[in-house]
Amino acid sequence: MRHLLSTADLDSAAAVHILDTAAQMAATQSREIKKLPTLRGRTVVNLFFEDSTRTRISFETAAKRLSADVINFSAKGSSVSKGESLKDTALTLQAMGADAVVVRHQSSGAPHTLAHSGWVDGAVINAGDGTHQHPTQALLDAFTIRRHVAMAGAAGAGAIGQLDPTGRDLAGLKIAIVGDVLHSRVARSNVLLLRTLGADVTLVAPPTLVPVGVEAWPCRVSYHLDEVLRDQQPDAIMMLRVQRERMSAGGAGGGAFFPNPLEYTRGFGLDARRLALLPEHAIVMHPGPMNRGLEISADAADSPRAVIVEQVANGVAVRMAVLYLLLAGDSAGSASTAGSASTAGSAGPRTADERTAIA
Amino acid sequence: MTGSTRYVLRGVAPLGGEPTDLLLADGRIAAIGIEAVTDALAEALTWDVAVPLVEIDGAGLVALPGLVDLHTHLREPGREDAETIESGTRAAAMGGFTSVHAMANTTPVADTAGVVEQVWRLGRDAGWVDVHPVGAVSVGLAGEHLAELGAMAASAAQVRVFSDDGMCVTDPVLMRRALEYVKAFDGVIAQHSQETRLTAGAQMHEGIVSAELGLTGWPAVAEEAIIARDVLLAEHVGSRLHVCHLSTAGSVDLIRWAKSRGIDVTAEVTPHHLALTDDLVRGYDPIFKVNPPLRTAADVEAVRQGLADGTIDIVGTDHAPHSREDKDCEWAAAANGMTGLETALSIVQQTMVDTGRMTWADVARVMSSAPATIGRITGGDRPQGRPLAVGEPANVTLVDPAARWTVIPEQQATASANSPFRGRELPGRVVATFLRGRATVLDGRAVPLRSADGAGAAVPASSARGL
Ligand SMILES: [Zn+2]
Repeated sequence: MRHLLSTADLDSAAAVHILDTAAQMAATQSREIKKLPTLRGRTVVNLFFEDSTRTRISFETAAKRLSADVINFSAKGSSVSKGESLKDTALTLQAMGADAVVVRHQSSGAPHTLAHSGWVDGAVINAGDGTHQHPTQALLDAFTIRRHVAMAGAAGAGAIGQLDPTGRDLAGLKIAIVGDVLHSRVARSNVLLLRTLGADVTLVAPPTLVPVGVEAWPCRVSYHLDEVLRDQQPDAIMMLRVQRERMSAGGAGGGAFFPNPLEYTRGFGLDARRLALLPEHAIVMHPGPMNRGLEISADAADSPRAVIVEQVANGVAVRMAVLYLLLAGDSAGSASTAGSASTAGSAGPRTADERTAIA
Repeated sequence: MTGSTRYVLRGVAPLGGEPTDLLLADGRIAAIGIEAVTDALAEALTWDVAVPLVEIDGAGLVALPGLVDLHTHLREPGREDAETIESGTRAAAMGGFTSVHAMANTTPVADTAGVVEQVWRLGRDAGWVDVHPVGAVSVGLAGEHLAELGAMAASAAQVRVFSDDGMCVTDPVLMRRALEYVKAFDGVIAQHSQETRLTAGAQMHEGIVSAELGLTGWPAVAEEAIIARDVLLAEHVGSRLHVCHLSTAGSVDLIRWAKSRGIDVTAEVTPHHLALTDDLVRGYDPIFKVNPPLRTAADVEAVRQGLADGTIDIVGTDHAPHSREDKDCEWAAAANGMTGLETALSIVQQTMVDTGRMTWADVARVMSSAPATIGRITGGDRPQGRPLAVGEPANVTLVDPAARWTVIPEQQATASANSPFRGRELPGRVVATFLRGRATVLDGRAVPLRSADGAGAAVPASSARGL
């Protein structure tokens, strides 16, 4: 793995290997001294053309816990009409000697362009591009699902999260992703990754918020949330954020996608009644930030089944794993050898020192 | 034309038929046939030995009437960094063209008699091909007020083709008025069919690939809805409509239907829509960003079929040069468009001739006579798109269909390098182009105007053929 641009680039073994590495990283984060020396002397640049304090802080925390030097570069607003600034900014970063560039951009494909342009030598990590991909979000979602649900069959509900899920994929799990699929990079990333890991994914949305061409995606599509909850009994339900601008006629694409917020909530919001339709062990997820009262009610967001806060914490562990595998784990290219036999040793630290630090 | 070099084209195959000899003299095709050429030369020698004579060994070459492009963006005035009339028309000659129609979306817009006359004169001065300016339909391409169509028609440029290309004439009332108004001087409205509201923010064809890439879709229906409306308007007011760069299977069906009703509509397809699909967008390389966008394999098949069966009348290049800055960036920020003048004939050969769908006579129809007829330039003092016949203007293109060449955009005559065919090996190479008997291209190389006359000796007959 040289870059992380899309979950489409990950096969099952590589994805499981990242999740296993993230589990090791997470274990170190419960210690008193959280910092690892692994990326000392390496430089990670957070290049954000679009505001996202949460994602930036998550990557920044991950890089710092691995002892990397972090440069935050906010280029918001400078590249909307002209793309030259992506190139010029990239050349500047190259001159600074960036080992990894974490890029968030409003244009789909910008990280891909950056990675293949020859403008930078470092690893490119896609931190969200337009309505295309947000691979670390999907990885942290898969990590969260695996931790909570994948072991549910093996243990009683109470013991979930206690057993070691190392090496496991998500085979047989049913996941519902609900909301604005059309504009969601989170949905695109998750559909591909969850399917690669063996889960069955159902997208639920009003037809206006499902892209033309969705028939080629490895998932099912439904326009009826209640039916999906009742008939499929999903193990996890992921609520997507609905942006306010989608409701006005002046919004992107030139027209409202649904009549009004109330009608949306009635059809696709997760409230206490729908929560009760879910199986006992099912978890409620949201990539944040939430619109409480629109796609998710306070009852659902604050219920014990909601793992929304934990998703944030897992985000740091997953991003540590990605940075580690891209920058230090030169053997990570053979990640596909990890598979279900993956152990802490094969997960990557190269030197005895690092291994001690991580294990 | 007296005193200009005469050319004997030995053993060329007119429209791919039986090989024969052609004599080009005094700007015209003076003789066709081995005996006729021998006789004509013998006769001519008795009265003018001073005129240079160049023989070209044309064995294996196909002779076509000089190609006519109804859809070229020459960028001058305004974007001389991307192309000038000189560089663009030299590229046209290199591609086998003897005439191009220069689109109106320049800066300033070609919406007055003054601007179209300027473009026309610059074309004449450059001398590579006949430049016929296209006039804007609306002032500033803004889609609100009719431009001075009558004044442009009456100008020295004698504009007959009007288009807001780059923009669609969206307002149905403005479209109706334009169609009606040009009837007075036998003009045609060339529409860039794109429903504006359905394509807000559109980046690529809407379908499986756009869904995966997260790029805003440009649905086929946005093209088809405008074509459907426009053919009905053309029928209602009894005027002429030309549909630019048709790109979808549904559009082919609509044109077929309209023609079956007797509606006076013509349609155009670009070389890139004959050859390329939206799968190429997967790498987010803006070189493949074009409007209308690359479509699916099923659409490519439909436009090939439509061109072969005559539903689609012509191939227009939509040559759209762009500076490096406008393509060297992320997809959404990049400009739409591809160069095409120097690859068009090769792409048509590859997709239509080598596949057995069309003959070289068909190529002459879709790339010369039909576009010239639509543009109303088959008559007057500089007729184009005429048959290869004795007495006709010597607008002739020689192509070597057996040649293979690799596209290196930086080596092309166009000032821009945004060819989608970079690195591809293509069949067919333009060996020579003659504009009214003057060689603009010989031996695959451009021949500047000043060195053309009397410089026949600079191109020995023996080497004129070699590649
Ligand atoms: Zn156009």
